[in-house]
Amino acid sequence: MSLKDKAAVVGVGATQYYKRGQSVPQTPLEMAGKAMLAALDDAGLAVDDVDGLALYSFGLGGDTSLFAQTMGIPEVRFTAMLTGGGGGAAGSVGLAAAAIDSGMATTVVSLMTLQQAVSRFGTSYAPRGKPGAQYSASPSPEKDFASPAGLMGPGQMFAVLAMRHMHLYGTQREHFAEVAISQRENAIKRETSLMQVPLTLDDYFNARLIAEPLCLFDFCLECDGAVAVVTTTLDRAQDLRQPPVKVTASAHGGHGRWGQAITWMNMPDEYFVSSGHRPVAQRLWDMAGMTEADVDVALLYDHFSPMVIMQLEDYGFCPIGEGGRFVADGNIRYGTGSIPVNTHGGNLSEAYIIGMTHVKEAVEQLRGTAVNQVADAEVALVTGGPASIPTSSLLLTR
Amino acid sequence: MTTPITPADEPMAKLPPAELIHLTPDVFTVHFWDAAREHRLVVPRCTSCGTYRFPPSAFCFVCRTQDVEYVEQSGRGTLYSYTVAWHPLLPDVSESVPYIPAVVELPDTGGVRLIANLVDVRPSEVRIGMDLELVWRDVHDDVTVPTFRPA
Ligand SMILES: [Zn+2]
Repeated sequence: MSLKDKAAVVGVGATQYYKRGQSVPQTPLEMAGKAMLAALDDAGLAVDDVDGLALYSFGLGGDTSLFAQTMGIPEVRFTAMLTGGGGGAAGSVGLAAAAIDSGMATTVVSLMTLQQAVSRFGTSYAPRGKPGAQYSASPSPEKDFASPAGLMGPGQMFAVLAMRHMHLYGTQREHFAEVAISQRENAIKRETSLMQVPLTLDDYFNARLIAEPLCLFDFCLECDGAVAVVTTTLDRAQDLRQPPVKVTASAHGGHGRWGQAITWMNMPDEYFVSSGHRPVAQRLWDMAGMTEADVDVALLYDHFSPMVIMQLEDYGFCPIGEGGRFVADGNIRYGTGSIPVNTHGGNLSEAYIIGMTHVKEAVEQLRGTAVNQVADAEVALVTGGPASIPTSSLLLTR
Repeated sequence: MTTPITPADEPMAKLPPAELIHLTPDVFTVHFWDAAREHRLVVPRCTSCGTYRFPPSAFCFVCRTQDVEYVEQSGRGTLYSYTVAWHPLLPDVSESVPYIPAVVELPDTGGVRLIANLVDVRPSEVRIGMDLELVWRDVHDDVTVPTFRPA
């Protein structure tokens, strides 16, 4: 017994995507409302149909209580949020499916709204520093073991994993570049993308190093905007405006000793250099009764380009350690590769809304309406961020 | 390994500024920081099963025993991985780059790793697996943190 094929995604919607801070004077909650209304309209549903919210990483721009009273949701029957941060992106739709399969709710919205005008995730671990300093995390006894060394952003932390991947497996900066360049190629064909200029290998190597081995183009964008996803019962989905996209499997979590991952760096050696996704991937394939060979398009959370490579390994598209050479061989290219990755341009080049754009792209691919449409796409993999646990993933089918 | 991009006039590794470094110890971590002020590196070990745990915490993650003994370390370490912070993420560190946050594995601890800066080294000289030795950094009157240099 599982939630396999019990629920379907029937609506997706988004605001415009903005560079960091440019969504002002809208509020995060306002953008959340706009995205939900767009997703409901896409589905042919209304606010009166919504009875659940399945969230991750404080995605509403406010608590459920404020959102529900503001939007006039008639009755909230399910409201829950995965713990952690961006790791739960794909898993929030699995949480919606779980709510529906259990009978606690029938029509559930998953949502992320983001505005980085003041706080920036790029320095989310910065110490308090001088009085009035912005962008800083609250101190904790655990952070005392990382922040004195100047580890103040996720990019610097993931750079440590990338450096060891290079050491162990011979991965090259050219391999990271291929992730960034291939996704930029996908992004520039889309009106919604914030990045519209092709990226060359020269551009890549001329860019400033931020945290060696990562340069500017290995980092995702810093954005504002909101994306919403509506999930309902498979029965109900049959009569709505869009062809249903089935939630065939979802999993979240991870090894307990992966734990806080990049902020403690004491993960067991056997999977230190990984995305943290291996146990989640195994449960995803088990629930679906499928393997990576069944996937037509992969939307892999790309806050930092090396983590796309490690997810390709952890989901079995290539052996552990071979991810760099796998992408260098052209395997993730749209149109020619064996497994097209981030056909929307991803967090690196379309927009960073903490991974919800990946769910939207997967749905459009399975409807056959994507801009960079993979021919006859039937199975899409979506992952949440390589992060502290939980990480998560989602397998959607048509 | 890919050749790192390093400027021709490559500087020695610097350190994050002292004014950014503040500690908020709790009852479990305070012994580590008190020992550091005395220039002693200690790691807690489970009195029941002998497992080292780090950071210091309430329970042994293997047998859930709470009691620990603090085992003084030699100060030797091996470089497990690192990054070079070339770009200042905050204005407060603009004079402090490049600095090198490193993950240093301590011998004979079952793989305990510290996050600490590397000093007395240029970024291009750093190699994963290199032997390191502890250098205490007295940051404030009441705060000392470990750093490491090539042994
Ligand atoms: Zn024990």
